[in-house]
Amino acid sequence: MTNLASFVCGLIFGLGLILAGMANPAKVLAFLDLAGKWDPSLALVMGGAIAVATGAFAVAGKRARSILGAPMQLPTARDIDKRLVLGSVAFGMGWGLAGFCPGPALVALGAGLPKAVVFVGAMLVGMLGYELVNRALADAAQRPQPRTH
Amino acid sequence: MIIDWQNFTPWSSLAGGVLIGLAAALFVLMNGRIAGISGVLGGLLQPRAGDIVWRLAFVAGILLAPTLYGAVTALPASTIEADYPVLIAAGLLVGVGTRFGSGCTSGHGVCGLSRLSPRSLVATMSFMAAGFATVFVTRHLLGA
Repeated sequence: MTNLASFVCGLIFGLGLILAGMANPAKVLAFLDLAGKWDPSLALVMGGAIAVATGAFAVAGKRARSILGAPMQLPTARDIDKRLVLGSVAFGMGWGLAGFCPGPALVALGAGLPKAVVFVGAMLVGMLGYELVNRALADAAQRPQPRTH
Repeated sequence: MIIDWQNFTPWSSLAGGVLIGLAAALFVLMNGRIAGISGVLGGLLQPRAGDIVWRLAFVAGILLAPTLYGAVTALPASTIEADYPVLIAAGLLVGVGTRFGSGCTSGHGVCGLSRLSPRSLVATMSFMAAGFATVFVTRHLLGA
């Protein structure tokens, strides 16, 4: 049942991205181009989404389990650190270069655009690279540190 | 600042945003999870038993969205100006960046801000600022 809910939510999410204009990188870049001919449309996407989702998250925050009985898994991290900021900056640079963030890139992949295949491939390589580096760092942290003089 | 009124699509963008918000709302209420695309994808790259099918189902829903949309009405144009080397660089940055930053436009931007998370607010301001700066450099300083 939760898998069906996941599928339906992904579908609604994707339809929303298309209707909103987010799946068109040219429109995303026009939104990010403050100094050029600025298309403010995408500010309304975020505004509309947040207006609808805020109430649901307030309700979810008070529950231990979801309606379908799954454990409520809301993020608990609160630290604002270098990792968060530098990672987000790198993401923003990539977003500004191509006009794709992960969701719209998947929509474009689903539409069969060859350039989306390349972008999503590179994105997955980047994510995999992160996993490998992260695992290596975690292993290194567990090993006894060599003494330095 | 010059506003591009010709391409301004307030109603469809607002309606699309409402659908995105609805998906995020249903997802947390039904499944107790954050509809963050980079997080959903990232979890598939470090697969754990019992934690795979829902992720694949969510991704399948997104992938099928253009087909369903196109069956009902004409898909809006999607113009990708970037050439292949730029797409590769951008994809790598988005992949590494969203995992280090623990989220993207959906996880931090939509879900995080809806949860009033200060951490997501900082992340969102960081990637928005970097996005604005990158487009300024590529379009107005380098003139690409």
